[in-house]
Amino acid sequence: MGGSEVILLDFWASMFGMRVRIALAEKGIEYEFKEEDLVNNRSPFLSKMNPVHKKIPVLIHNGKPVCESLIAVQYIDEVWKGKAPLLPSDPYQRAQARFWGDFIDKKVYDHGAKIWKTKGAEQEESKKGLIECLKLLEGELGDKPYFGGESFGYLDIALVPFYSWLYTYETFGKFSVEAECPTLIGWVKRCMDKESVSKSLADPLKVHDLVLLLKKKHGLE
Amino acid sequence: MGEEVKLIGARGSPFNCRVEIALKLKGVEYEFIEEDLANKSPLLLKYNPVHKKIPVLLHNGKPIAESLVILEYVDQTWEGASILPQHPYERAMARFWAKFIDDKCMSALWNACWSKGKEQEKAIEEANELLKLLENELKDKKFFGGDNIGLVDIVADFIAYWVGAIQEVTGAEVLTKEKFPKLFEWAREFINCSIVKEKLPPRDHLTGFFRIKLEAPDTLKYNPQVR
Repeated sequence: MGGSEVILLDFWASMFGMRVRIALAEKGIEYEFKEEDLVNNRSPFLSKMNPVHKKIPVLIHNGKPVCESLIAVQYIDEVWKGKAPLLPSDPYQRAQARFWGDFIDKKVYDHGAKIWKTKGAEQEESKKGLIECLKLLEGELGDKPYFGGESFGYLDIALVPFYSWLYTYETFGKFSVEAECPTLIGWVKRCMDKESVSKSLADPLKVHDLVLLLKKKHGLE
Repeated sequence: MGEEVKLIGARGSPFNCRVEIALKLKGVEYEFIEEDLANKSPLLLKYNPVHKKIPVLLHNGKPIAESLVILEYVDQTWEGASILPQHPYERAMARFWAKFIDDKCMSALWNACWSKGKEQEKAIEEANELLKLLENELKDKKFFGGDNIGLVDIVADFIAYWVGAIQEVTGAEVLTKEKFPKLFEWAREFINCSIVKEKLPPRDHLTGFFRIKLEAPDTLKYNPQVR
């Protein structure tokens, strides 16, 4: 798409940002990565681009912002139609992909965050919750190579970024996701073989260090 | 065409109503199966095992759950008036506002209508912020979708109709003509659309239901059995 300007306003550790990075990479789109310092100060630029939520990621295409990661992924798929389709073409498969994407947004992230933010009974409940969700997703994957079937797509993109945070969840929660969901971990490794994924995901050890910093900053030790 | 469309729903639910409006817009014939939310049927548990909520659309036996997902499916599957805009950027904007209404507005408006005292003051302040954003987004358009109703209008059905019914019962002043003149006018236009009017539950059914809720305060927490 000649003469097109694409900027991604993002934060290196954000699972939601990673989704958009993967989608852009899948489509081979060149873009400017603008890092937002979420640890310290939200920039005026972010407030301007996402006045409603003031959150990243924000995809800015020819000056027009698209907020919410899964909405941005769909937008990328619809604009750059020619290459690497992300959503299934069949409406029913598409609906299933959207359903599970919505499920991930509502459940996986919240449980995960509580694992490192809380202790005791609340933490235990979050661990159980996370495993339950991952098991459901594992069921949805079945014996397909990707959630999209033979090809990597929307739902794979929606979920795989959680892998950057898995080490953090497992370390603070003192449990192993691989033990509970081996098929899912197998799928993660398959996804990581793709350059679009491996280059977009944050280093799990760096994420862990970030969380140590955040816990200290917010008195959550 | 040998096509079978069923909708498992509950007529008092705004989430259910969204889907009925969409199906009507596309001229789709369907069988409605009323679900008793206090006593969930094996059918519902079979077709929405993950959330166990209505509405669930069954198309030739295949289930689709979550009203926003269903609306997109209906738009893609059947010809007729478009629910989502054609242009990708406008589609992204429609999806953004639909998600905003679902994620933020529903619970905030519910709380603003039902809470009392200091808690209500705070809840109304929060609701005001959200409604202001919607009022600004509407600008001078007749509907969020432009000249015709679209995704955002349909998803905002709770705001157009249910909020008014709750306000009548509780006396809360959340969405008023004075505070949000554009939104108020939009609500009036929306509920008067022939397609919408046909699918809205009768006003007295809603107020009757809400009056019962007023007597049972522990059922007032926002915990929708519907999505």
